[in-house]
Amino acid sequence: MAVVDERFMDLNMGPQHPSTHGVLRLLIKTDGEVVSRVTPYIGYLHRALEKIAERLTYPQFTPFTDRLDYLASMNCNLAYALTVEKLLNIEIPRRAQILRVIMAELNRISSHLIAFGSLSSDMGAFTPFLFGIREREFINDLFEMVCGARLTYNYIRIGGVAQDIPDGFIDKTKEFLDYFPPKIKEYNDLLSYNAIFIKRLANIAVISPEDALDYGVTGPNLRASGIKWDLRREEPYLMYNELDFDIPVGRGEMGRVGDAWDRYMMRIYEMEQSAKIVRQCIDMFQQGDHIAKVPKVLKVPAGEVYVRAENPRGELGFYLISDGSTKPYRLKIRAPSFANLSIVPKLSGGVMIADLVAIIGSLDIILPEIDR
Amino acid sequence: MDAKQIYQTLSEKFTGRIKQFQENTHPASVVVESDAIVDICSFLKRETELEFTSMISLSGVDLKDQGKMLVIYHLGSIRHKHKIALKVELDRNNPHVPTVEKVWPGANWYEREAYDLYGIVFDNHSDLRRILLPDDWEGWPMRKDYVYPKRYHTWDV
Amino acid sequence: MGVLEDRLPENILFTTVDKFLNWSKKSSLWYMLFATACCGIELMQTGASRYDLDRFGAVFRATPRQSDLMIVAGTITHKMADRVKKLYAQMPSPKYVIAMGSCANTGGPFYKDSYAVLKGVDRIIPVDVYVPGCPPKPEALIEGIMKLQERIMEKKTLVKK
Ligand code: SF4
Repeated sequence: MAVVDERFMDLNMGPQHPSTHGVLRLLIKTDGEVVSRVTPYIGYLHRALEKIAERLTYPQFTPFTDRLDYLASMNCNLAYALTVEKLLNIEIPRRAQILRVIMAELNRISSHLIAFGSLSSDMGAFTPFLFGIREREFINDLFEMVCGARLTYNYIRIGGVAQDIPDGFIDKTKEFLDYFPPKIKEYNDLLSYNAIFIKRLANIAVISPEDALDYGVTGPNLRASGIKWDLRREEPYLMYNELDFDIPVGRGEMGRVGDAWDRYMMRIYEMEQSAKIVRQCIDMFQQGDHIAKVPKVLKVPAGEVYVRAENPRGELGFYLISDGSTKPYRLKIRAPSFANLSIVPKLSGGVMIADLVAIIGSLDIILPEIDR
Repeated sequence: MDAKQIYQTLSEKFTGRIKQFQENTHPASVVVESDAIVDICSFLKRETELEFTSMISLSGVDLKDQGKMLVIYHLGSIRHKHKIALKVELDRNNPHVPTVEKVWPGANWYEREAYDLYGIVFDNHSDLRRILLPDDWEGWPMRKDYVYPKRYHTWDV
Repeated sequence: MGVLEDRLPENILFTTVDKFLNWSKKSSLWYMLFATACCGIELMQTGASRYDLDRFGAVFRATPRQSDLMIVAGTITHKMADRVKKLYAQMPSPKYVIAMGSCANTGGPFYKDSYAVLKGVDRIIPVDVYVPGCPPKPEALIEGIMKLQERIMEKKTLVKK
């Protein structure tokens, strides 16, 4: 017979819960309001993407990368395309590279807007969420112009991008770039420096740099812990090495380095930087092809590569083994949120239940890429 | 350090337990004996010139035709900015390898995932359960010879 | 304001009981906040700034106990399916289900090659309206809700035996 621990109460949070950002289930052992241990249960959205990859051809799998992290579909498309191109060894036209960077950075903004909005609504402030969606709709419109979809774009393809941009896209993007930066100030006034909000997040769930590395935490969560590590800078792909942008790191402005507020603020800073990158790209535009010549039936040379790119949530990597046929032999997806979530049990011993929501929200996890 | 030097350092330190160096993969990979994996990993993490700060990823691979399973550890160092892949080859009928969760705690979930999808057993793992699929699921779905089930609980699959 | 007040000074209205019941049901379709995958983001955006689902009397509730409508927004896996059944059972009657997106309709892009995805939520719970799309645009979802409202209006509660 199992021994019942009388001191603690078991509490289930999820899989249907507004603050778990999807179908995550947390089993919480609590003593009143104080959490003693958290065990995440994942897999409620396991759609077997890796198995699907083995059964489809390389181009056929691109739409599935949209659904890998649907808040950053462009970035996922991009990482996958980069992986296959590494084995194909093809040159991507300059115009396609610029387009890719623009899309990736716009998508980074729209993804961070959801992070901003959902964290604020988790903390009980619903208005910032509406603000975030308002700006996101603008970006959705831009993406709808280039590829017709609002969420699952399937725009960045192996070899380049699906089609060239329509007339008016550049003007509309410029309009967005003028419209957006003042909004960030609005967010800061409304939320970031709000006393209650700071109280809720500062000094909560501090991730030390050592822990972050041990658990493989990447992206804004790692940078919030004070480690300047951004793949766009460290292993530049596309034309990121020609662009001028800063990499914000956590400084412990409101508490200690690596607390929940720092993690939140990384996203705000990064949105500013992304807007800056898009502006530079627009100035660099030049005529040319939007896609390299890729054969209709794509046979990828045999080989093994691990390629990674900086997604809004961290390092997205694809480990691809090709046997020279039209289908991958093995495609392993290294998803940033998977590692970012695995640190939660470590962070949440002794916190209050309400803070647990702040922890999950500030890590900005997304379930489809955890479960794949 | 580049991959070649890392390989040389390893083969000096662990003579006889490093099997092979594969240069044409990206990043370059080193095939090692499966029972030496914990020693090698802790060496890689500790040694100041190597200092592999984190395990980037861990993947299982089913090589059905050769009767083997692979586990591939992608390791990276933030300080030295180098990367390497370690590979262990396992018997397909009884795949097991010691866990490295003591070295990088993040490995815990990756190993559970490889167990869940491939049935690779990680010896001494603290919590080896299915992670993505439900506990009552049958079979190891990522194996090449996996047959999709017909029914699950009360509905058709 | 003032649309009804000026026109109906005596406060007497004639209608049938059925119509009145149905009208009240359709005008306050509280939906459960239940998003599993990509379609859930479109559901969120439908509820937020631009599309403003509140106009239809549909506001979200965090618990099934307070919901009339379950919008199944996203993929349902076999692991999740039992929970969906339970959530549906927890909702008080009258209750309605909208299957939003190809995944909830049929399994969508995962129909053929995935071992883990339930091929249509109608295998486990009854569905009133199917909204196709991957993901459906907010306009499509709103149309689905209006279709459901039409169906609610057709319902006969008081019939002679
Ligand atoms: S229908 Fe398409 S968009 Fe909706 S959940 Fe399924 S895959 Fe995602």
